Amino acid sequence: MIHLSRWKVILLVLSLAFGVLFAYPNLLSPAQRAALPGWLPKNTLNLGLDLQGGSYLLLEVDVAEMRAKRIVNTTEDARLTLREARIATTGFVPDDRGVVVSVADPAQMDAALTALRVLAQPDSSGVAERQVTRLSGNRIRLAFTDQAINGMGATAVDQSIEVVRRRIDSLGTREPSITRQGATRIVVQAPGESDPAQLERVIGQTAQLTFQMVDETASVESAVAGIVPPDAELLYDAEGLPYVVKRRVLVSGENLTSARVGSDETGRTAIDFRFDGIGSRRFGETTAANIGKQFAIILDGRVISAPTIQSAITGGSGQITGNYSIQSASEFVNLLNGGALPAPLNVIERRTVTAELGADAVAAGGISTAIGFFIIVAFMLLAYGFLFGGISVIGLLLNGLLIIAAMSLTQATLTLPGIAGLILTFAVAVDANVLIYERMRDEARAGRSVIASLDAGFNKAMGTIVDANLTTLVAALIMFAFGAGPVRGFAWTLTIGVFTSMLSAVLVAQVGLAWWLKVAKPKKLPIAE
Amino acid sequence: MAMRGWPLIKLLPVKTNLRFVDFAKYFAGLSVVLVIASLVGVFYPGLNMGIDFRGGASMEVAKPAGQVLDLEATRSAVGELGLGDVQVQGIARLGSQVDDGSTAVLRFQIPEGRDQTAVVQQVETAISQAVGEVTYSGVAVVGSKVSGELFMSGLLALGSAIVLMFAYIWFRFEPQFGFGAVVGLLHDVILVFGLIVLMRLEFSLNMVAAILTVIGYSMNDTVVVFDRLRENLRKYKTMPLREVIDLSINETLTRTIITGITAVMVLAALAIFGGEALFGFSIALMFGIIIGTYSSIYVGAPIILLWGVKRGAAVEDAKPIKLGMASRP
Repeated sequence: MIHLSRWKVILLVLSLAFGVLFAYPNLLSPAQRAALPGWLPKNTLNLGLDLQGGSYLLLEVDVAEMRAKRIVNTTEDARLTLREARIATTGFVPDDRGVVVSVADPAQMDAALTALRVLAQPDSSGVAERQVTRLSGNRIRLAFTDQAINGMGATAVDQSIEVVRRRIDSLGTREPSITRQGATRIVVQAPGESDPAQLERVIGQTAQLTFQMVDETASVESAVAGIVPPDAELLYDAEGLPYVVKRRVLVSGENLTSARVGSDETGRTAIDFRFDGIGSRRFGETTAANIGKQFAIILDGRVISAPTIQSAITGGSGQITGNYSIQSASEFVNLLNGGALPAPLNVIERRTVTAELGADAVAAGGISTAIGFFIIVAFMLLAYGFLFGGISVIGLLLNGLLIIAAMSLTQATLTLPGIAGLILTFAVAVDANVLIYERMRDEARAGRSVIASLDAGFNKAMGTIVDANLTTLVAALIMFAFGAGPVRGFAWTLTIGVFTSMLSAVLVAQVGLAWWLKVAKPKKLPIAE
Repeated sequence: MAMRGWPLIKLLPVKTNLRFVDFAKYFAGLSVVLVIASLVGVFYPGLNMGIDFRGGASMEVAKPAGQVLDLEATRSAVGELGLGDVQVQGIARLGSQVDDGSTAVLRFQIPEGRDQTAVVQQVETAISQAVGEVTYSGVAVVGSKVSGELFMSGLLALGSAIVLMFAYIWFRFEPQFGFGAVVGLLHDVILVFGLIVLMRLEFSLNMVAAILTVIGYSMNDTVVVFDRLRENLRKYKTMPLREVIDLSINETLTRTIITGITAVMVLAALAIFGGEALFGFSIALMFGIIIGTYSSIYVGAPIILLWGVKRGAAVEDAKPIKLGMASRP
């Protein structure tokens, strides 16, 4: 019914108030926004990385690599345990989740089982990660349980997110977003990050720091030629010099409590670090027992330095010297303080947009929106005159206001394709008015009165408008479900646009025309000529 | 009323009586040819896949304003790194609409097993050695695993959009309408692909969004025509189907033209002023809207004619529907 119904006017006023309330913080400067009273909304449009510049990294946690590493550690644990128990072995064969040990003397089988079972003891929460099984012959298998193997991935991703967060925080990047995606992936979004390469370097390093003894009995030459003792490994330093290092880890980064940039006695940049209780004790014992021997400080499989032990280091603190610039030293310190990643992180997708390019995109989007809007306004005024055309222009303005308000409120990300979605929304929003007006024309031409034409116009067009908008909504929902990144932003803008344009186009026209009917009491429909 | 003199109202015919269905055969022929040509084009020469779907890296390289970036030197410097096919393409500078020769976009693959970051650094070094100091404004690297997944999800999105539209129309109208609408949709999507191939536009995630929007718009247009068709079928129970179709298209024609022109003009503004990033996107949308309008007149409705439509048992018994081309299935 086309009369000035009270609830429609109230709804219109409410939506206008909503639009103004949530859209207007966009007009204020950050300082003005901060000064607003607490109950007022402060959210502004959340611009995507393509509009404000920044870095997007998609990281994948290399769970397979981590499992492989833990299986190697299990092998080393078994080797060391059996040696300390003085049980001779003939082979350690790693498999997909543990190691199979062959005991040389069948008489020692029970002793070997007892020794290995210590490694499979439950932890404080009562869950055993590894189990010992006796196989045929004189073989024993020490392997991770199914649960432990399956749980490794989830735990690794959780831990990685924590570590990445700490590392990015230490860079001082503003408002980074770190989210989990799927089972093994992490998305890092850092708006305005000026040096994406640094971001990637800092995130990507595993930062597993270990202290291992140099195997001085082995010959470096034969190791390079391929003959490495079973309990040792061949590693290189930054200059490419080879070292044969015992596999056994004396102290690892987990026992580190703090690291900071310092300087050595000659004034060069160095890294000071401090161990926790366990670390200090182990480090003290080892250095006391190995005076005059060399140990290696290893970060992510590369030897950082290999100092000779001068005296027992019992204080729990030490220093790493090397060729550090202040920047590389502080990055290293941040890595150590942030903790080690449980598994390597591979960057599988990276997008960077500079702030200038983003600003340019905003400008281009703004100009096109303004021009697009102007075209629609001119067209509607030309096609339907000041009254009917003007009403749809008012509807469009309300639509724009509501979209900005809804996007600010929901903090949906506005992307460059999102701006395109916005402009298209305007074009399609006009469609609702066109459908209504064309219907009214038809009815007026068929000889109906003004009131009857207006009434029929709304009633008959409504079904079509709903159908037409629902199909757009379906397309938008699909984009949201399957899309990634900018497509989702586009989909969200489109979704908001469908709702706001149905509301604004129909409601503004109903209230506007009802008012006109009441005030002007027209005899003829002006668009029916 | 002082509403005279509005030129557009006069320009648009008040009441048309065009015999659309009479031309349906010829346009159907044209559509079939274009669809086949587009399908062939998608496979040969094929889509110009962006790095979203192909994997690899894309970088925007720029010399300071006013200086010329030697594209050939850049190409050969990067070519020597053994990265396979390296594309170097001049584009318009930041904030301008014309290509002044200072800016280019570089695309290359990251060979299997090589570190992304390291390769990008090598490329940066090689470029600065060859052409001097440059800046990099936008860099994107997509691993091959991710690009495969993005491609699959893109296809899935397009496929499910079409299926859902079919279901929606089937539910809201009748099976024949759903069939007509989906043939129209497929027609539009395939022709947009054809345009992408023809214009060598980059097929990227944004392009998938553009196609999905075309689907939404085309559906929108079809629904408006079908809605009127359904209404008229009830209203004129004895009018031959082809006349009802013609009548319905004519009745909605003014609306179709106004909405279509508005959307196309707005998108043209976007294509001209939206810069490099939105050009392909808006061109595809614009074309899709034109095609979508055409198809709702010449693909969807004639298919209903071909298929026939149930108009209530009583009417059917009393007076068999006269069909020019075919009867009900």
